[in-house]
Amino acid sequence: MLVAGAGNAALSAAIAARERGASVLVLESAPRDMRGGNSRHTRNLRCLHDGPSGPLTGSYTEDEFWQDLLKVTGGLTNEPLARMTIRRSATCREWMIGHGVRFQSALEGTLHLSRTNAFFLGGGKAVINAYCRAAERIGVEIEYGTEIQELNIEDGVFRTALAVHGDKSREVRARAFVAASGGFQANTEWLAEAWGPAARNFIVRGTPYDQGRILRLLIDCGFRTAGDPAGCHAIAVDARAPRFDGGIVSRVDSITLGIVVNQEARRFYDEGEDLWPKRYAIWGTLIARQPGQIAFSIFDSKSSGKFIPPAFPPVMAPTISELARALSLPPAALEETVAQFNAAVRPGEFDHAVLDNCSTKDLSPPKSHWARRIDTPPFIAYPLRPGITFTYLGVEVNEKAQVVFSGDNVSPNIYAAGEIMSGNILGRGYLAGFGMTIGNVFGRIAGEEAARTGNRE
Amino acid sequence: METNPSRDREGAVSRELTRNSIPIDLIREGERVFRLCNACRYCEGYCAVFPAMERRLTFTEKDLNYLANLCHNCGECYYACPYAPPHEFALNLPRTLAEIRVATYRKYAWPGFLRDLFRRNGLAATAAMVAGPFLFLVAMLVFGAPGTLFSAHGDREGAFYAVLSHSAMTLTFGAASVAVLAALAIGMARFWLEIDEGTCASPNGAALGVAALGQAVWDTLRLRYLEGGGEGCASSDERASHARRWFHHLTFYGFLLCFASTTVAAIYHYVFAWEAPYPFLSAPVLLGTAGGAGLLAGPVGLLWLKRNRNTELTDPKQAGMDFAFLALLFLTSVTGLFLLVLRETRAMGILLGVHLGIVMGLFVAMPYGKFVHATYRFAALLRNAMEKRRSSSEAGKG
Repeated sequence: MLVAGAGNAALSAAIAARERGASVLVLESAPRDMRGGNSRHTRNLRCLHDGPSGPLTGSYTEDEFWQDLLKVTGGLTNEPLARMTIRRSATCREWMIGHGVRFQSALEGTLHLSRTNAFFLGGGKAVINAYCRAAERIGVEIEYGTEIQELNIEDGVFRTALAVHGDKSREVRARAFVAASGGFQANTEWLAEAWGPAARNFIVRGTPYDQGRILRLLIDCGFRTAGDPAGCHAIAVDARAPRFDGGIVSRVDSITLGIVVNQEARRFYDEGEDLWPKRYAIWGTLIARQPGQIAFSIFDSKSSGKFIPPAFPPVMAPTISELARALSLPPAALEETVAQFNAAVRPGEFDHAVLDNCSTKDLSPPKSHWARRIDTPPFIAYPLRPGITFTYLGVEVNEKAQVVFSGDNVSPNIYAAGEIMSGNILGRGYLAGFGMTIGNVFGRIAGEEAARTGNRE
Repeated sequence: METNPSRDREGAVSRELTRNSIPIDLIREGERVFRLCNACRYCEGYCAVFPAMERRLTFTEKDLNYLANLCHNCGECYYACPYAPPHEFALNLPRTLAEIRVATYRKYAWPGFLRDLFRRNGLAATAAMVAGPFLFLVAMLVFGAPGTLFSAHGDREGAFYAVLSHSAMTLTFGAASVAVLAALAIGMARFWLEIDEGTCASPNGAALGVAALGQAVWDTLRLRYLEGGGEGCASSDERASHARRWFHHLTFYGFLLCFASTTVAAIYHYVFAWEAPYPFLSAPVLLGTAGGAGLLAGPVGLLWLKRNRNTELTDPKQAGMDFAFLALLFLTSVTGLFLLVLRETRAMGILLGVHLGIVMGLFVAMPYGKFVHATYRFAALLRNAMEKRRSSSEAGKG
């Protein structure tokens, strides 16, 4: 059996198949140190549970889980597949622990999701390390720096793949193929198909190795797709973040505390529309629509230290015009924007933890909550760009993780798991830790089914 | 907008230590690493360093000195870090903290002119290891009665003192102990005054310190922060294991048992006027033998783990210091056990001289070598226990 990718879904498939007797080769396009796709940047797993269990508090029922999913996707989901994933999510944690993954105890740290999500001790890279040790121990072969560049598929049946390692290439034959190589969020040309030249100014939070090559090959073979084709999950990240792989540290959480202006020093959206966790995922797209795909979160010293400290130092200045110059913004325009905003702020009782009554009057766009005058130096700013986490487009699968081609036919030996198919279930929106759930559930199904396919032949 | 969190393109930051404080580029690197870590926090379940980091928004030299000494250098966070090299952020928290740690040893050392012993500590400790036995043997030859050094003395009471008088032993070791304890205490006090930031002097501060003391002692005695999530921590490679914890326990408790042996022997001598050597089944010999066994197995195990250690996680400049301290502990035990077995033979005099010399070498090297990690680590654990109590009582009020 051949597996493309070495993230959560790929390794779940590889281990599950090997445990059912298949001989498994995993081809990972990244080098060993950068292995694991976007899983390296993940932190937790969303899972169903009836009562307190390990690090999980309370209970999280199928219905509540389903409602959460319905809400974020707006119905762009496949209910049978989604419900199956939700039900099976109850088994993920135990399976992971059985393969060396460690979870963080609920009592520690500053976790807000301990009822719905189990946190990995050390995060996603530690998960991948544990999986790789478990896989190698039972005889899964993992080859790094090796990319599949061609798939030889006849009438929906996988025959061989062209594996390229450096300047060497070879034909790999396998009885079954599991595509678990992620989405295409690192492929700027592909993103540009939906976003135009603006895509060049996007920052990719995840691995640079998610080029979507396997996804493209499968789509070109005529397999059906699922999920929003142009959509991507994008948040506001620090404009100084690296082009790729900045992960969690690139995010900036100061937006609700001040104002956000574009490169013309004009505001463009209600920064206090709703609580930050409910709004942070819209800011990537909002900034992507601004000229130059850049924006600036601006606040004053009253808000300093009131949000998770970012990875990059703030830009600070004693006056608004000096701040504007430090940010290469037109100083007069920024002074005017701040003055207008300050004049529109109504008195209220500031409370960042709830939807407070600090709002603006007669300002367009308004700031509905947490509006306080920006008047206490030093003035502070963070430059922002859209930061892509993942894309939604994937291949359609059935409940056995088999890919589907036209006319509802399924491939007898091609399976998909993880971000390359999560669009079936999460067609748009975001639900923390659910990508890892989908990856593990479908990875295991794909591995088990692929092993069965191999045994039958 | 110029400050990039990536390391400068040349790779390694210059590590030259300045005369008596933490080098500025090392502080900058520590600040950079913790600023990135504090924006991530994925490692918060591993040990005390990360929750302590989360209690802070900025990282001054004081914070770095404290956090560096709180770190047990296991490496879990390095293996879990998506920003470790070859990522352009090139985060290496274990090594950065190891480098800051040894700089704090230099900074707080007393008397100040001896701080440079940390620079070439392997050499200094080796010199102590050789000079100790040499000086004792010379002294025995010069001051002892002719022939006593090379003759057998049987197992009778006071046999050791035929070779070197009890008062000479007491005088040399007494003086060394006072000097060593003073140096250790002053170093620790200097460190504490800096990281305490006036907490102990504040209202309820002293009470907080006393309340936290039990926790800190317990964290020290069980090496709580090498337990990971219960499966232990990375030691030689990325796999979690309790190996380093257990070898350290053998070393630490071996050391304590040897110390207890000496203490009991002193009581025998002064209270009961029983003179060494003591019978094989006496308390000092049993304690010393058990401790000696720990000091054989512990240091050997730790050296073995060190040999197989991923060198990315450690500061190569400290290898000599680490090795020298473990070697001194091991030799203390080996010479002590040989002395025990061969004490009725003609080799006793030489062995006694060598053993006393090695112990003296270990002693005088203590404040200027790896041993000081014990004092600074304990102070950091105490500070940590106080902070935890204070933040949980503040959370309770809020």
